[in-house]
Amino acid sequence: MEFSYTIYIALIPFAVFVINGLFGSKIKESFTGYLGVAGMVVATYLSYFTAYHYFFKVGKAVDGAYQKVIGFNMEWLRFTESLHIDIGVLLDPISVMMLVVITTISLMVHIYSLGYMKGDKGYSRFFAFLSLFTFSMLGLVVATNIFQMYMFWELVGLSSYLLIAHYYQKPSAVAASKKAFIVTRFADLGFLIGILILSYLTGTFDFNILCNPEGPAFMQSSSAVFLGLSTMGWALILIFMGGAGKSAMFPFHIWLPDAMEGPTPVSALIHAATMVVAGVFLIARLFPIFAIVAPNALEVVAVIGGFSSIFAAVIACTQTDIKRILAFSTMSQIGYMMLALGVSGYGAEAGLGFMASMFHLFTHAMFKALLFLGAGAIIHAIHTNNLSEMGNLRKYMPIPHITFLIACLAISGIPPFAGFFSKDEILVAAYNHNQIYFWVEWIVAGLTAFYMFRLYFGIFWGKEKKYDHTPHDAPFSMTFPLIFLAIASAIVGFIPFSNFVTSDGLPFDIQMHWEIALPSIGIAIFGIIVAFVFYKKESDLPNRAVASFGSFYKYALNKFYFDELYLFVARKVIFKRFSSPIAWFDRHIIDATMDGVATITNYIALKIKGLQSGQLQQYASVFVSGVLLLIVIFIYLISV
Amino acid sequence: MDILTSLILIPVLTVLALLFCKELKNIRVIAAVGMTIQLLQAIRLVFIYMAERASGNDSEMILKKSYQWFESINIQYAVGVDGISVLMILLTGIIIFTGIFTSWKMEYLTKEFFISLIVLATGVFGFFISLDLFTLFLFYELAVLPMYLLIGIWGTGKKEYAAMKLTLMLMGGSALLLVGLLGIYFNSAPDGGQLTFNILEIAKVTIPIEAQRFFFPLTFIGFGVLGALFPFHTWSPDGHASAPTAVSMLHAGVLMKLGGYGAFRVAMYLMPEAANEMAWIFIILTSTSVIYGALGAIVQTDLKYINAYSSVSHCGLVLFAVLMMNQTAFDGAILQMLSHGLMTALFFALIGMIYERTGTRDIKKMGGLMKVMPFLAVAYVIAGFASLGLPGLSGFVAEMTIFVGAFQNEDTFHRIVTIIAVSSIVVTAVYILRVVGKILLGPMIDEKHSLISDAVWHEKIPIFVLLFTIIAMGIAPLWMSDIIWESLGPIVDKLVMLTN
Repeated sequence: MEFSYTIYIALIPFAVFVINGLFGSKIKESFTGYLGVAGMVVATYLSYFTAYHYFFKVGKAVDGAYQKVIGFNMEWLRFTESLHIDIGVLLDPISVMMLVVITTISLMVHIYSLGYMKGDKGYSRFFAFLSLFTFSMLGLVVATNIFQMYMFWELVGLSSYLLIAHYYQKPSAVAASKKAFIVTRFADLGFLIGILILSYLTGTFDFNILCNPEGPAFMQSSSAVFLGLSTMGWALILIFMGGAGKSAMFPFHIWLPDAMEGPTPVSALIHAATMVVAGVFLIARLFPIFAIVAPNALEVVAVIGGFSSIFAAVIACTQTDIKRILAFSTMSQIGYMMLALGVSGYGAEAGLGFMASMFHLFTHAMFKALLFLGAGAIIHAIHTNNLSEMGNLRKYMPIPHITFLIACLAISGIPPFAGFFSKDEILVAAYNHNQIYFWVEWIVAGLTAFYMFRLYFGIFWGKEKKYDHTPHDAPFSMTFPLIFLAIASAIVGFIPFSNFVTSDGLPFDIQMHWEIALPSIGIAIFGIIVAFVFYKKESDLPNRAVASFGSFYKYALNKFYFDELYLFVARKVIFKRFSSPIAWFDRHIIDATMDGVATITNYIALKIKGLQSGQLQQYASVFVSGVLLLIVIFIYLISV
Repeated sequence: MDILTSLILIPVLTVLALLFCKELKNIRVIAAVGMTIQLLQAIRLVFIYMAERASGNDSEMILKKSYQWFESINIQYAVGVDGISVLMILLTGIIIFTGIFTSWKMEYLTKEFFISLIVLATGVFGFFISLDLFTLFLFYELAVLPMYLLIGIWGTGKKEYAAMKLTLMLMGGSALLLVGLLGIYFNSAPDGGQLTFNILEIAKVTIPIEAQRFFFPLTFIGFGVLGALFPFHTWSPDGHASAPTAVSMLHAGVLMKLGGYGAFRVAMYLMPEAANEMAWIFIILTSTSVIYGALGAIVQTDLKYINAYSSVSHCGLVLFAVLMMNQTAFDGAILQMLSHGLMTALFFALIGMIYERTGTRDIKKMGGLMKVMPFLAVAYVIAGFASLGLPGLSGFVAEMTIFVGAFQNEDTFHRIVTIIAVSSIVVTAVYILRVVGKILLGPMIDEKHSLISDAVWHEKIPIFVLLFTIIAMGIAPLWMSDIIWESLGPIVDKLVMLTN
């Protein structure tokens, strides 16, 4: 089987971007939307086709493991003989899975946007950037080498920036886009330095060589140790820093809630389902090195992931903007995925965490995109993001109501919906590795169920609020993606994922662990019941609960003041303590020195100018006195 | 006719034609036609070069010509090009071509303006084709001197001060440079025999190390002043801020490259031993430039100052890479010169156009311009992204090559300065996005700005040309990188000899 056509999966969206970007203002507006959808239909078809052939026909090598296939490769830029950036397509279980996820979600979001963005001034621009994003994200997941990944990594950051700033006349959107770009770029600095160190140690960028257990990356065990970690470990932690930035892990999470300033379809595609899981994908891509060469670095991944998940879950319980609640929920769920990678070992059953992480990535993409698109339908209907201005909407919006409920059940981990299966595997993997992780994630599961159903009851039940006009149900272009994703959220859990995606490519079978699953279902149901009691009907219970938490609630509501901390560092430290002094120093010290040299020259010139006065008498007197002086000297010299 | 000499003759003929021209319309048409021919010649030169190389000509310089000029001290008019100078000539051709179109509306002393501008370009072309140090220096001065008039007469703001400062500082650099070049000349035949100014001849011998220790810093600093080497960069912000648009473009776009190119081709190539010994001093200075320029740019509010400090940072990276002494870093240095030349020219062109429309360069007095001038705004955003090193645009290619090259040095010192230099990518993002967010996005601040119109044809030509080259270089860098790579052979051989 020849996979060279796979490059077109990425190139088709790129072509759509070029056409819409260059000619979007000249051609009929609605055409740009249909072109975007058409491009995605073809790309989606190609990825499903590829997935089918890869998983069922040709992917397996003789030993039964899924192999890595290079579908396409070309040299793009050469640094040295061995270090060169290639542009290519690497097919293996995780990249093929990502192709399916990205094209599916992107197609749904494209269709949805036909309705959602109708009448928007930047309609064609929006579709152009959506295609640019899809292209970049596809290029990222199929990267054959780490530098290609870095390039597309930056490009998804760009698309994210452009789409967050879609309503570019709104100052908050501009600020949010800037913040997202700069925070992730700061993290990417770590990624880049990590790549430099890694490539120096191994002499290659190529994933196939890097992840080959007989390759140079695995011969580094004896290298220098710095602060208890090998150089390799540091390189991997720096690379993880890039991943943490993109995936909004603590402490780089601050951009994600603000990124909700972008149009809701963008939040669904970029800031929920695909781009933000790039960090998880990055760790998964380099997983053999993490697991075998630098288990310490992997432990860091687990700790950051675990902490982020509970941190975000706590904040999510207090927020009132529905999109921000979903954003923190995303952060929390990605924390799950990171943790799962962190607790995983390498090789068949030991790699349960790896498989669970990828599984959760897959299911999460479905139900989280669904949640965002559902939220978008609501915002579209009543023009507000604020939870307290919503209530009893189930009456007006039956399809968003049902689909949202399915997504909430899925994310809460209620069987038989998708989230249950993937979360269960993560909990098992965490339990096997370290019980503390398990109990943390168990609590997070409860919190998740609570805040999701707080959202659900708050929006669809409770007291009806005053709306500007009667909320209308969404048009078909918007309900179709909701229904499709709701079906997906309900059934994808039954995919025997461990037969396809594993850490070393060898399929294995998993059993249900009811002793883990039952407590987690239990706490999820408990969370739902609490939410039901609090929010099904208007009551003062929530306020009393808030009061009992006291200042902790205030901290959580203000996201533990991390935005303020960053703002302080940026404004008061970098700007006031570095940049301004440098600008001052440059003007008043360095430049003044240069000016000073000129002034001194000028001054001396002025002083000695008198010698050239042009007055004959003065010249004569100087001449005579000189002669006299010389005569005196000569006489003195002769007489001695 | 010899194509290299034609690169000097065409501008000279254009200047002559301009001298006899009276009508405003004809003046700019003549200038535009002359520089279009020049650009086509530069493009032709690239093809000739590639054909020569493809046909197996692997000598260091091709299209060599040499005429005795001043026999008693053996000054020759010696020309020849390798891949690096061919690309620099192409860059110069593009920048002067676009510069003419950006000055389309220049109404005050039009003829004199275009003449000075083209004389300046002649100097730059001459510089890049010269193989003789004396002619090289001559052309160098020819390029620097018109700057004084161009800023002093057609500038804005504190123009006399800026013109004086720029010229004096560059002349100071030239003084050091002249001593350095003469030093090289007098040591060009350590075993006796004919002294020579010819770079290729001098490269064959080893200049005595004591002489190198003395003359290397002079030469490097002499060129470095033009390349905005910290702390000799302060002419740059004032000079750029006062200069008219096309002059800023040419100055930041190509003239500052003379510094990097000269430092590489003369100082490093002819005196590698001293370079190896003293590199650390200059590495400290250049890595300071990189981060210092970037941090300095964050707090500026004048668009031209921001860009001038940004140039200090980017050009610092050129000299930084030159000092890293390996093939990858050299490759990156040349790429960075090309990339910075293109994007900074685009920046200055756009700033000039924005200034014409709004009457201000203060970023606090503008806002939401994207709505009224989408074309210019999008071009500005793309230039900005090229500057902050986004993949797919020219800056990324150059910066990554430099970083990877610099990281090939194994010792801790090089590692640390490299990491410092790499961290500038974050700071760059901050000041670029700050400007974009302030002036292009957000609500409109000044009501008068709602009447602004978008670019017209003679503004679109330079923008399209520059955008095209920036994107082309960013998407398909390999051919360019290959041309540079193979031309680096001789200097790398010398370095290898040095380390063995």
